Amino acid sequence: MSIRHQTKANKEGQGEKPHLDFFLFLPHLLDLFSLLHSTMGLWSVRSRLAHHLGQKMAYLGALQRRSWPLVSFLQLWNPRPSELVGGLSSNPINRCSDRRFASIKAETSAAAMDDRCRYQVMDFPGGKVMFIPEMRFLAESPGERISCYRVLDDDGQTISGSSFQEVSKEIALKMYSDMVTLQIMDTIFYEAQRQGRISFYLTSIGEEAINVASAAALTINDIVFPQYREPGVLLWRGFTLQEFANQCFGNKSDYGKGRQMPIHYGSNRLNYFTVSSPIATQIPHAVGAAYSLKMDKKHACAVTYFGDGGTSEGDFHAALNFAAVMEVPIIFFCRNNGWAISTPTTEQFRSDGAVIRGQAYGLRSIRVDGNDALAVYSAVHAAREMAIRESRPILVEALTYRVGHHSTSDDSTKYRPVDEIEHWRTARDPVSRYRKWIERNGWLCDDAESELRSNVRKELLHAIQVAEKMEKPPLAELFTDVYDQVPSNLHEQERLLRETIKQHNGDYPPEVPV
Amino acid sequence: MWGVARQKVGFGSFSSPILGQVLQRIRPLGSILPKNYSSAPKEMTVREALNSALDEEMSADPKVFLMGEEVGEYQGAYKISKGLLEKYGPERVLDTPITEAGFTGIGVGAAYYGLRPIVEFMTFNFSMQAIDHIVNSAAKTNYMSAGQISVPIVFRGPNGAAAGVGAQHSQCYAAWYAHVPGLKVLSPYSSEDARGLLKAAIRDPDPVVFLENELLYGESFPVSAEALDSSFCLPIGKAKIEREGKHVSITAFSKMVGYALQAAEILSKEGIDAEVINLRSIRPLDRATINASVRKTNRLVTVEEGFPQHGVGAEICMSIIEDSFEYLDAPVERIAGADVPMPYAANLERMAVPQVDDIVRAAKRACYRSVPMAAAA
Repeated sequence: MSIRHQTKANKEGQGEKPHLDFFLFLPHLLDLFSLLHSTMGLWSVRSRLAHHLGQKMAYLGALQRRSWPLVSFLQLWNPRPSELVGGLSSNPINRCSDRRFASIKAETSAAAMDDRCRYQVMDFPGGKVMFIPEMRFLAESPGERISCYRVLDDDGQTISGSSFQEVSKEIALKMYSDMVTLQIMDTIFYEAQRQGRISFYLTSIGEEAINVASAAALTINDIVFPQYREPGVLLWRGFTLQEFANQCFGNKSDYGKGRQMPIHYGSNRLNYFTVSSPIATQIPHAVGAAYSLKMDKKHACAVTYFGDGGTSEGDFHAALNFAAVMEVPIIFFCRNNGWAISTPTTEQFRSDGAVIRGQAYGLRSIRVDGNDALAVYSAVHAAREMAIRESRPILVEALTYRVGHHSTSDDSTKYRPVDEIEHWRTARDPVSRYRKWIERNGWLCDDAESELRSNVRKELLHAIQVAEKMEKPPLAELFTDVYDQVPSNLHEQERLLRETIKQHNGDYPPEVPV
Repeated sequence: MWGVARQKVGFGSFSSPILGQVLQRIRPLGSILPKNYSSAPKEMTVREALNSALDEEMSADPKVFLMGEEVGEYQGAYKISKGLLEKYGPERVLDTPITEAGFTGIGVGAAYYGLRPIVEFMTFNFSMQAIDHIVNSAAKTNYMSAGQISVPIVFRGPNGAAAGVGAQHSQCYAAWYAHVPGLKVLSPYSSEDARGLLKAAIRDPDPVVFLENELLYGESFPVSAEALDSSFCLPIGKAKIEREGKHVSITAFSKMVGYALQAAEILSKEGIDAEVINLRSIRPLDRATINASVRKTNRLVTVEEGFPQHGVGAEICMSIIEDSFEYLDAPVERIAGADVPMPYAANLERMAVPQVDDIVRAAKRACYRSVPMAAAA
């Protein structure tokens, strides 16, 4: 699998941007810098480094090439910390550790006070910090949002200058097929709920790329802790349409023995932990599992998914902090789809999404276009490598849009404009965007496409019929699994229940087996 | 009487080593256990009992690990985990950041995966910040996943009132956790209880809430040779008759067992022979033993430290009414803490927690030796 490099990326309004090779190069530069700092004089190294960086960072406008006292060098980094990719801030021996001590205004008045502050370093618990006599607050936002990694444009063309993980034709086609299956599954199950055949359903429309592409970049040994909008991950791993239907209908073949609402899928065999309703509780669970993987020295990581709303929960913060401290192999995948039921992200947080928080906890993070299957695939692939090889947590924020309602209990047209929903459903559909790319590669033709859709539809309708007709779980399953062994009081209750049923047979529903 | 548990042992099997080897393994902590083993009962504090239980279980099963605030370097906030970090290393004794919700969630996640974590709360009052994970993520998961995901986790720490620590450090959570199906709730009294029940809890495949008591940590109790064995285990769900009697049954758990025994001594001088039942297990409650005792004595006094409403005593009373109503010769008397957040001032605190005299008076009321409380109103 190769990574394709191209020449400079080209974003409007920006000059040269740091790109992948710089990303890899910088930590080594800084290692060199720090090492030389401690041994030789500071000046020569800094000038060389700063000159190199000056070329890269010219667009910041913060450059002062006259002299390079340490403080102004540090201020070089301040105004646009968002533009600095991973290596810098995560380098533990970076002496410029506290680069964020200046406000946006720092660039202009910097040089004057530099001489006084040179080499003045204070020692506190947690390490050395530079100090300055000027009081400056960090701005509440970095000024510019963290940029978003993208490979395919809206037309399914790879963007020139993009680098991404290559996919084989087989994987690419399976990804497409699973994304289509997920779309059809969502449509049909949603209708089934509306017809009263199942009690509840929750769609993943608009997030098919996130679901399937992220799953494709993982291996079966990676343990998945989902929120509830990730059935595509289970689909990729091999959960059949019949198994999905069984859970939704709560019949006797349901692995959950009819105990949970629809869409609360789970499969030990496929390393997908059962969906649990409370928001964000799965995030610290995943860290615990990642810690266990580390203790067992397995070549695998934990992956947990959550939405933008989930990042407000206390569990999110505790888990990210913990994962960084314990240095565990985990990928935190945030599906920022703009809405938490009716709460838009503007009312959810005031930070720049979830990605910016990664750095606050000491995590390497990336923002990616969630509707771009190749970008999601590449990012998760790279994240997994880093997580396992370096035993560290990685945060991936995928920007997307929740096209469907929150669930069948919600009507989102009440709180957002219908044309906005339609725009995202059609013009920004991740499945059709990806299809265009596959078609360009000559891997798919129209006939295959419609054949796929009608096959899936037929199979799913059949699965639903079978699931609907199947018996419900027997009465004994009401009392099992509360504990490992059924306790005596539950045996007693079951006995009493059966007696009651015998005495009042007419009151007991006939379709539930005793 | 103190039988080895009949429940299945999850991991490994434990042979019965000779006593000398057992003593070596326990690593006495400046201990009072001599090397030569005589037939006289040895004494052990509850703290030593818990420490030895943790040590033995961690040594027997590499999946067992301990996590909590201050459990490692600090040797435990109450020194229960003394020496464990040194012996097992930081991978198995984890000092956590201050986030009960965080580390409880992480412990549950590790249990989902298959490890056997022991999560320590500095007191159970702080478990409130993690109770969602205890109830929704631990207790219910085996059921909701239909047996696919088991949660062999132990939550332990001091519960109930200490001395002069105020409202947010003194609440008893026995009733809170015993309310939840899917959890097992244990509360030891003596050192033998502590050892046997903690070992049982660690070996149990279900989530267990283990309620200790800070004031009991330093108390010494005699322990039998059997209890010192590393395979020693007490059955979950069995109460112990600490003192046999025939006039009135007194149920209690944790610290209140000591108070009940003192009350029984006082009562015996007045001709009332009280039977003291140490519940040991709040969920499942040993209804059989309690009912058998009440059928013998016909009178019941329930004692607990926690708040009265919806408390453990209320459940015991209901169990008697359901199964042994005709055997009662007097209304059930319930002794509990005062229905107020625990005050700090020493005189007020003394009045907010049951004292030995309260138990004596209640037993006398149950035996009609004094005017019943309702009639005195």
